[in-house]
Amino acid sequence: METAEAKNFKKVDIIFECQDCKPIEVLDTNLERKPDDIILDIIDSGLKGRGGAGFPTGLKWKFTKNETAEPKYVICNADEGEPGTFKDREILDRVPEKVFVGMALCGYSIGAKEGIIYLRGEYNFLLKDLNKKLEKFNKQLKDRNLDFSISIKSGSGAYICGEESALFESMEGKRGEPRNKPPYPTTEGYNFKPTVINNVETLVYTTMICNLGPDKFKELGTKDSRGSKVFSVSGDTPIAGIYELELGMSLSTFVEEFGDGDTKSVQVGGASGHCVPRKYFEDTIIGFEGIPTGGSMMIFNSTRSMYNVLHDYLEFFTEESCGQCTPCRVGCQQLLKGIEAVKRGERKPSYLDDLKKLASNMNLSAKCGLGQSVANPFNSIVDNFREEIIY
Amino acid sequence: MSNNKYLVNLTVNNKPVSVEEGTTILDAARKLKFKIPTLCHHPDLHVAGNCRVCVVEQKGARNLVASCATPVSEGMEIYTNSAKVRESRKHVIELLLSEHNADCTKCIKNGRCELQELASEYRVGDHVFLDLVDEKDKIPDISSPSIQKDDSKCIRCQRCVRTCSELQAVSALAVVNKGDEQRVSTFLNKPLDDVVCTNCGQCVNRCPTGALTERAYLDNVWEAINDPSKHTVVQTAPAVRIGLGEDLGVDPGQRVTGKMVAALKAIGFDSVLDTDFTADLTIMEEGTELLTRLKEALVDNNESTKLPMMTSCSPGWVKFQEHMFPELLPNLSSCKSPQQMFGPLAKTYYAQKKGLKAENIVSVSVMPCTAKKFEAERPEMRASGYQDVDYVLTTREMAMMVKQAGIEFESLEDQNYDSIMGKSSGAGVIFGATGGVMEAALRTAYEIVTGEEVPFKNLNITPVRGMEGVRDAQITVKGAKPEWSFLEGATLNVAVAHGLANAKKLMQAVKSGEKEYHFIEVMGCPGGCLGGGGQPIPTSQEIRDARAKAIYDEDADMPIRKSHENPEIQAIYNDFLGEPLSHKSHDLLHTHYKPRKRY
Repeated sequence: METAEAKNFKKVDIIFECQDCKPIEVLDTNLERKPDDIILDIIDSGLKGRGGAGFPTGLKWKFTKNETAEPKYVICNADEGEPGTFKDREILDRVPEKVFVGMALCGYSIGAKEGIIYLRGEYNFLLKDLNKKLEKFNKQLKDRNLDFSISIKSGSGAYICGEESALFESMEGKRGEPRNKPPYPTTEGYNFKPTVINNVETLVYTTMICNLGPDKFKELGTKDSRGSKVFSVSGDTPIAGIYELELGMSLSTFVEEFGDGDTKSVQVGGASGHCVPRKYFEDTIIGFEGIPTGGSMMIFNSTRSMYNVLHDYLEFFTEESCGQCTPCRVGCQQLLKGIEAVKRGERKPSYLDDLKKLASNMNLSAKCGLGQSVANPFNSIVDNFREEIIY
Repeated sequence: MSNNKYLVNLTVNNKPVSVEEGTTILDAARKLKFKIPTLCHHPDLHVAGNCRVCVVEQKGARNLVASCATPVSEGMEIYTNSAKVRESRKHVIELLLSEHNADCTKCIKNGRCELQELASEYRVGDHVFLDLVDEKDKIPDISSPSIQKDDSKCIRCQRCVRTCSELQAVSALAVVNKGDEQRVSTFLNKPLDDVVCTNCGQCVNRCPTGALTERAYLDNVWEAINDPSKHTVVQTAPAVRIGLGEDLGVDPGQRVTGKMVAALKAIGFDSVLDTDFTADLTIMEEGTELLTRLKEALVDNNESTKLPMMTSCSPGWVKFQEHMFPELLPNLSSCKSPQQMFGPLAKTYYAQKKGLKAENIVSVSVMPCTAKKFEAERPEMRASGYQDVDYVLTTREMAMMVKQAGIEFESLEDQNYDSIMGKSSGAGVIFGATGGVMEAALRTAYEIVTGEEVPFKNLNITPVRGMEGVRDAQITVKGAKPEWSFLEGATLNVAVAHGLANAKKLMQAVKSGEKEYHFIEVMGCPGGCLGGGGQPIPTSQEIRDARAKAIYDEDADMPIRKSHENPEIQAIYNDFLGEPLSHKSHDLLHTHYKPRKRY
């Protein structure tokens, strides 16, 4: 891990800010620009995907634009399913127009005519309102002679469908199972056509970068983690909720702000993220140079059993694995039943080392990010709270 | 390069290789003779990349990559046997074993299981992981007379699922649920005999483990052979003689007809007879039916007579039609399949000639097919007053009997079939290949109509041969005899399809009116019976090509090439049946079909 200077704690108001920014005006201003200039701005801003994987957004747009196959698609990944993440829901509820404009700008930039929001099944309560707003927005696009429209497809509650290629499969009416990569979505995405798929929050930032200019965005964050990010703070905190913060702060700064004074560990990045124990708070930077996060920050105090925490995560993965690849389908079950066996004394504590090796191999050999990332919580919790797992 | 594909340069284990763009790492490695194990990969199916046993290390990549699913790229450096690869691969095998009911010694696939082979190669003796097999999965589904499904042996490679949907367009098997509940299941987990399964057994041919196997009846057959009060007759289908050797140490494409007959005699069957005889008989009945239908439809304008007529020899295809295109059932020939023509004749004609009582005859067939097991148990198939065919064995089961009997197959002296019902023509033999029934029927029907041989060199009607999924051909009638004058100058449009996905395409074209045919041959399995679900495992296009060549070689070597010239055929009409489509023929050799539901 690179040792970088941690930034101070700073609340930011870009995503939800509504006073000065009229999304449709951002669209109007930018439709007068060349598509390539918009893409260059996004590249220049250093914006990386806010869903967790952190791929440079501008490059995604550029690669898709450079493809010759037609039609192209813009997909908004609103299948927010990572345990402990609830920011996209808030964004879609409060500032959906900013998402729509981001999609329209992307469509304009890459030459797509269709945008689709893949909305998490459990967020169906948002559907009515979103559709109403979309109807208005699509009309606005039509009035501007922009050949682009946005619709919504609902998910059915599978965590794996947040994985982009599984999401495409689901949208195409098939079982939500990740595809082999390559090809990547920029060449073969939805309907096997060039596709930009961005997280809800990422799309809002693209709107705001087009509004404020890349330099303003770059003023925030660090070299590797430009800008700010919306965090979903939960767990043992007196002030759970959604916060937009500048990237690059240390975890200790974060815990000082949000902890209850008895914080034992923070799970950064949801169930599939890393568990950081107190002793590493100071050295851990929240950002791509340290521990990246899709936004979920779960705070645990000393009353929590880390065995229970890990057990819950593993139960979740055991159920939410799509089941197609061996390392994930069987590996998750073995990890879950394995820690149970150790807890019951049916396996020796050293079995945890076998399981850690298994988790590392799942990371190497699983087909998609789900199976690959189970090692994050498993190894970080077992390494740091081994005694809680055994006794 | 002649075909405009770029060459990509890479190294595998530091050895350079150039392959066409789009080639997978697996194939590039194979070109250099590096073996990478696979489980979910099958040459007949689309890539899945889900078992992960074929992972390899790519220099510079964070994760290992599935070699079966990853195309090569310029400058790639691949390592197929690094420490990282070995450990991950071993873990994958151990994980699969932990969800697999490894009662290997009791399993029908013992010794022929791909997982078992890998487990032994990678020495996963000291099983570190917990046993995840669910007790309730250990009870196999034996509802189908053809196929046994044992979920406790399933490793979720989905070869069966892809086979059922991609090759057969049936989708009786599909993936359900997710995570630890993920299963290969039928619709609503109904028993196999209650879903659209056509019993074709293509899934069985591709299952790497014992999860999908044929229902085995060899013990029943041994019992009958050992019962002195029973007279056991066995018939062997055309494709068995060119497939059997593969399970007994012979290379694909070797004909073992004489050895097969010798083996069956050594096993102790009282009479070893040939399904090819009733294949010839099928041609007589079906060829006549075709000509009759043509006359009824084209001359008499009889609206109840349906064209195109479609063959009905393949029980997988027949059941497919009953489920998927019940409105086309009137187009199916009323002829029973050769197996089911043989059945009632063994217990009537043969019994009479040999002075035997039908009730003492045990009629066994050796088939390249699992659907034949179902066919034999259809309630319509009791024309002799008994179940016409008592037990159906696959080619694989027969090979197992040969081994159990301690017979050294390769050293057997060739023997001839017994008589009666043991003689056949080359036309009967080619029933085993896609296009064969069509070719055999045309050889006879053309001659019935014109008195002349079909106008193809050496009687080889090459346009209907080959492995293309759907093939058309035209044949123009010249010099029709007076009683067939309505066919003079007529061009008969025929089509051949093999594999049910191709059959589905053809049926859709027929239904929509896009294509008009007079006669259609469909075989349920890829390549026809030679690629049947009861044939030796493995199967691939290469193996099926070799088997097809053997079939046509066998035909070319036969002294008689046309069904109507088979003297035993002439004899059975003289002595017993009268003429094709006679009353007796109808009673014994023809049948009807019933619509079945899809859900």
